[in-house]
Amino acid sequence: MFYREAGDFKTSYRDDNQTFPIRLDRAGYWIALFVAFCVIPFFVNDYWVNSIFAPFFIYAIAALGLNILTGYAGQVSLGTGGFMAVGAYACYKLMVAFPDINIVFHVLIAGGITAAVGVAFGLPSLRIKGFYLAVATLAAQFFLVWLFNKVAWFYNYSASGQINAPERSVFGIVVTGPNTEAWAKYMICLVFLVGVAWMARNLTRGMTGRKWMGIRDMDIAAEIIGVNPLMAKMSAFAVSSFFVGIAGALFFAVYLGAAEAGESFGITKSFLVLFMVIIGGLGSIFGSFAGAAFMVLMPVLLKNVLVGTMGWPTEIAAELEFIIVGGLIVIFLILEPHGLAQLWRLTKEKLRLWPFPH
Amino acid sequence: MPEQLLFAMEVTLNGLMAGVLYALVALGFVLIFKASGIFNFAQGMLVVFAAMTLVGVQTGQIPFAHLINTIFGTKVHHFGWTVPTILAIIVAGAAMVFVAWVIEKYILQHLIGQPDIILFMATIGMWYFMHGFAPLMWGSEVMKLDVGLAQGINETIDTTTYNWFGYGFFIDNLDIVAAIVAALLVTALVLFSQYTKQGRALRAVADDHSAALSVGISLRFIWVLVWSIAGFVALVAGIMWGSKSGVQISLAEVALKALPVLMLGGFTSIPGAIIGGLIIGVGEQLFEFAVGPLVGGATQAWFAYVLALVFLIFRPQGLFGEKIIERV
Repeated sequence: MFYREAGDFKTSYRDDNQTFPIRLDRAGYWIALFVAFCVIPFFVNDYWVNSIFAPFFIYAIAALGLNILTGYAGQVSLGTGGFMAVGAYACYKLMVAFPDINIVFHVLIAGGITAAVGVAFGLPSLRIKGFYLAVATLAAQFFLVWLFNKVAWFYNYSASGQINAPERSVFGIVVTGPNTEAWAKYMICLVFLVGVAWMARNLTRGMTGRKWMGIRDMDIAAEIIGVNPLMAKMSAFAVSSFFVGIAGALFFAVYLGAAEAGESFGITKSFLVLFMVIIGGLGSIFGSFAGAAFMVLMPVLLKNVLVGTMGWPTEIAAELEFIIVGGLIVIFLILEPHGLAQLWRLTKEKLRLWPFPH
Repeated sequence: MPEQLLFAMEVTLNGLMAGVLYALVALGFVLIFKASGIFNFAQGMLVVFAAMTLVGVQTGQIPFAHLINTIFGTKVHHFGWTVPTILAIIVAGAAMVFVAWVIEKYILQHLIGQPDIILFMATIGMWYFMHGFAPLMWGSEVMKLDVGLAQGINETIDTTTYNWFGYGFFIDNLDIVAAIVAALLVTALVLFSQYTKQGRALRAVADDHSAALSVGISLRFIWVLVWSIAGFVALVAGIMWGSKSGVQISLAEVALKALPVLMLGGFTSIPGAIIGGLIIGVGEQLFEFAVGPLVGGATQAWFAYVLALVFLIFRPQGLFGEKIIERV
């Protein structure tokens, strides 16, 4: 009844190709942006930012990155945690070495450095495919974490082996360090997320994205019709690692404030982001958001219900979380291999017909 | 003989022994991959789960004691008995067959015909599930596994090598037992697949699913069978590994090293798994011995993966893998 496209005429190809073809969706998108930028920042407190918004935004960036690599270009990666660590440590070194430069540039350059590292580890993907590649990316994961743990230069020879984010500000507003206001944290993550999502959407619907999808669906066939596999795979690794690097930099500098490679960027992080992508939906921008939201909210909810309300030990809640996440992955793969994004698509189809069944 | 060389020899021997353990885990992967084309990421977790179940049964722990206590406010822990080792091993083996049946019936049945990568991710889901389920069932403390295997330094080797070189090698008895058990296990598997009806059916399925179906082999039965065998292999690996370092969930992450072993040996080759295991075991020990001190140590964390990665660039199908043929 409400979700209709009647009277929503498209008179040009441009209209036809837009991201939100239905007027109601466009309105919803602008409203969501308005609420996110102009309403929520005035109401958030530390708890909401630290346990929900900041991790959601940052994981959404990482999930977008992995989704480009795995969902669009079809290269399974288990090295996301390692690449996030590259972003974090690059950002740290830059923040300490060039305190006068704006942190936004540090984060972007950290992303660029991660992109270079990602391309280096992605090179074998030209020869190694499928499962073999998934295991090969584990090499990146374990090697990078070991590197940041063992080579003292990366953490500036600090005694604890940790890296701590110094206080930096954007336009005079402190965004890192312990004195950050909740809304400033929120805003910087949001700005990066919107920028990254905009880039991801426009890359994936253009020629680059179609090349990636060609490689994903069948790389030899794609090569025969003129897609250069080297360029396509490397660009996928570069863009993906760029996003993941940004996520890592923000995760360390804005969200955690202090990090240690093995603990913050271990293999569990790689799995977590991979699960976001699977649950959200492979090859879908919206799916990356949905998956990240789901995987951030579910543990918070579980913890609140089990530990907060029912008084269970946190240990059991953590174990149940593993069971639920693992079970959900399997259930999703069986019932809906295309994830939450597909569910959302189906819901929209149903809504467009409602209340008339035909 | 120069001392360095002696050390290197000792390190190599110990590496060989460690490699046997990797090979045991890798064996389970290969069996499943050959029979069903599924890359079973959860094999390492099966190892942990098998070992935990064994210890739990042996010491008479009540399953889910922690959960029961929390829900009902009781204070149960143990049944108050200990089960003889042989019986406990049989019970744990039965549990692994049950796990195999559950996996086949409730997961794999529903995923037939899906792309391989979806099945791979489903096994990652299983890995995660068991990561929570195993400690929920048996508690999350480090469990001590003792099935009466010989442990400690092997005196004979120590004295013999001392008499030969003037330097006694430190070889753990347990490692020797592990090597013997692994050899027996592989022999048994080979005999099974060559000379029994089920073994032949298994090889037929590994060769060609649809051809096997058309001559009347039940795919479902074979899959349950092969997952059970993999579970049994996991139990053996769990016993060896658990006796060595205690049973805890983080063992599964060490067991991930079976993956580079597989890549090196080729996913479809049982000899490949063994030889790959030995290469990785020796390689990482020697690398740590020779290069480790220069770069800060603990290179075992990544050496296996990087070695496999570099190796694969030159030979993408692994040492003994079948040649990869791609068609449009």
